[in-house]
Amino acid sequence: MDEKPFLEIDNLSRRFPSTEGGEPLTVFENLNLDIFKGEFVCILGHSGCGKSTVMNILAGLDKSTSGAVTMDNYEVSGPSLDQGVVFQNYSLLPWLSALKNVTFGVKARHPDWSKKQVLEHSYKYLKLVGLDDGAEKRKPSQLSGGMRQRVSIARAFAIQPKLLLLDEPFGALDALTRGTIQDELIRIWSGSDQTVFMITHDVDEAILLADRILLMTNGPYARIAESVVVDIERPRGRAEIVHDEGYYKIRNHLVTFLARRSKEMAGRLEDGVVVGQPVSVNPAKENLIKKEKTKTTPELVPVAS
Amino acid sequence: MLKSLNLRAALISITLLFALGGIWELATPKVKSATEMTEYEKLMGGADQEARVPPPSKIIKLAITELSDPFYDNGPNDKGIGIQIGYSLYRVLAGYFLAALIAIPFGFLIGMSPLAYKALDPFIQVLRPISPLAWMPLALFIIRDSQASAIFVIFICSIWPMLINTAFGVAGVRKDWINVARTHELGSLQTAYFVILPAAAPTILTGMRISIGIAWLVIVAAEMLVGGTGIGYYVWNEWNNLDLTSVIFSILVIGVVGMLLDAVFAKVQRAVQYQE
Ligand SMILES: Nc1ncnc2c1ncn2[C@@H]1O[C@H](COP(=O)(O)OP(=O)(O)OP(=O)(O)O)[C@@H](O)[C@H]1O
Ligand SMILES: [Mg+2]
Repeated sequence: MDEKPFLEIDNLSRRFPSTEGGEPLTVFENLNLDIFKGEFVCILGHSGCGKSTVMNILAGLDKSTSGAVTMDNYEVSGPSLDQGVVFQNYSLLPWLSALKNVTFGVKARHPDWSKKQVLEHSYKYLKLVGLDDGAEKRKPSQLSGGMRQRVSIARAFAIQPKLLLLDEPFGALDALTRGTIQDELIRIWSGSDQTVFMITHDVDEAILLADRILLMTNGPYARIAESVVVDIERPRGRAEIVHDEGYYKIRNHLVTFLARRSKEMAGRLEDGVVVGQPVSVNPAKENLIKKEKTKTTPELVPVAS
Repeated sequence: MLKSLNLRAALISITLLFALGGIWELATPKVKSATEMTEYEKLMGGADQEARVPPPSKIIKLAITELSDPFYDNGPNDKGIGIQIGYSLYRVLAGYFLAALIAIPFGFLIGMSPLAYKALDPFIQVLRPISPLAWMPLALFIIRDSQASAIFVIFICSIWPMLINTAFGVAGVRKDWINVARTHELGSLQTAYFVILPAAAPTILTGMRISIGIAWLVIVAAEMLVGGTGIGYYVWNEWNNLDLTSVIFSILVIGVVGMLLDAVFAKVQRAVQYQE
């Protein structure tokens, strides 16, 4: 791995003020995480644990209560074209055609480009997601859910962000469409040096796509409990991957976490306990727990008293 | 199916028009001879047949003569209907677009800033229910020009629906779309123009359509007050001449012009409408 992480999350906390003057809601506190350039990272966790909250802060759309996010040596202080977001609900502009939604992004990225350049570039990405056959002229309301999702992916990819943030991008799709778009996503990502941070609820999807899967405990006071390494060789075929030795070990590990451990591990840590980088786990290699180079010790260490 | 529905509806409309027109025509009493006149009628100037509600046939006849030469001008009290409508439209559009010029930017401000909304709301709530004609004396006193006062009255009556709808539309723009603008590093002017304006356009247009309707309602009354020119003055003048045929004719013209104005805005509204 590189010596310097591309994305550094440092002691990040997010609290929401309570509505009736009670305790504020702490979604997570003192979160630490490093992500390296070109990594494809998935995050798994139960609904409401705080995945979108983390992502919104990474996108610069939300502010953390304390702590900092550094990307490429600069602190993230607001949204920018370096962080491309595919929102959970597509967030296409409904008064623009699919094509115009993509050119909207391209024009913002390259204000100096000619009309022709903008169109060519936009079509390149619409073609990548298979939407260059006339469907691009239609408004989002006239497209199927899968097509809208693809427009949204094309828009995000067309601005070629350094960091791509995907919030359950395939949540509402049928298995077939989902498969197609997953393949497209991997193809586009592998041809670039982009870093991907993706939220998903689908264990198999995470194993198929990710280099690393982050497991988040239930909230409030959610933590990233583990970082599960998926070192199955790429390209990974949907049909072949299930025959990989490690596949079921990883899958079992993830399912067990979601079913049991996410709840057992939930809750606030004792005062004075500082959490470093999440523990790196490789279930495919005989559950060998390997410790990563980290800034702080990966285990829970009482602060010297 | 839809074609035949429209066709059937049109058929019923035409039948109704002819039926009601026919009843009206037949119900109009024949001209009374002078011996049959009541004392009151004698006092009122005798058997002037124009003083009673005329039958449709007379109105149609008048309409044909008026519309065949709508722009004649024989001095202050005898101008073609086209000229009168022209004056009214000029006042309505002048007042209306002045109002739009102010209402839409202010609506944006109010819609985007909760502080501006809270600060300006009391003013709007008090000013909005005032009948536009109540401003007339004040306008005449301050502006000292009847033409400009009529325009001011149109301005003041069309500003509120536009202001309120713009503010409402802007405030209701989905957070997601604003976030799309933010992730694409759009400045606030660009966000307003490329995201908020198109997102709020249907609501803004609804306000504009309501406003033009109100403006057209108010201009007739305003012109009755200020006099001189315009369709409102025309109605009043013909009433003073006891020319009821002309009164009814001009009422119909007011209706048709109002309908056309609304149709134009309906068309624009459809053009900016989008489906989520
Ligand atoms: N604006 C807000 N104000 C108050 N509480 C909030 C706000 N946004 C999120 N929360 C709370 O923060 C917690 C985490 O929410 P978040 O949306 O990050 O969950 P999530 O992991 O993305 O869930 P899902 O998988 O269902 O999308 C939830 O308990 C939620 O109620
Ligand atoms: Mg979420």
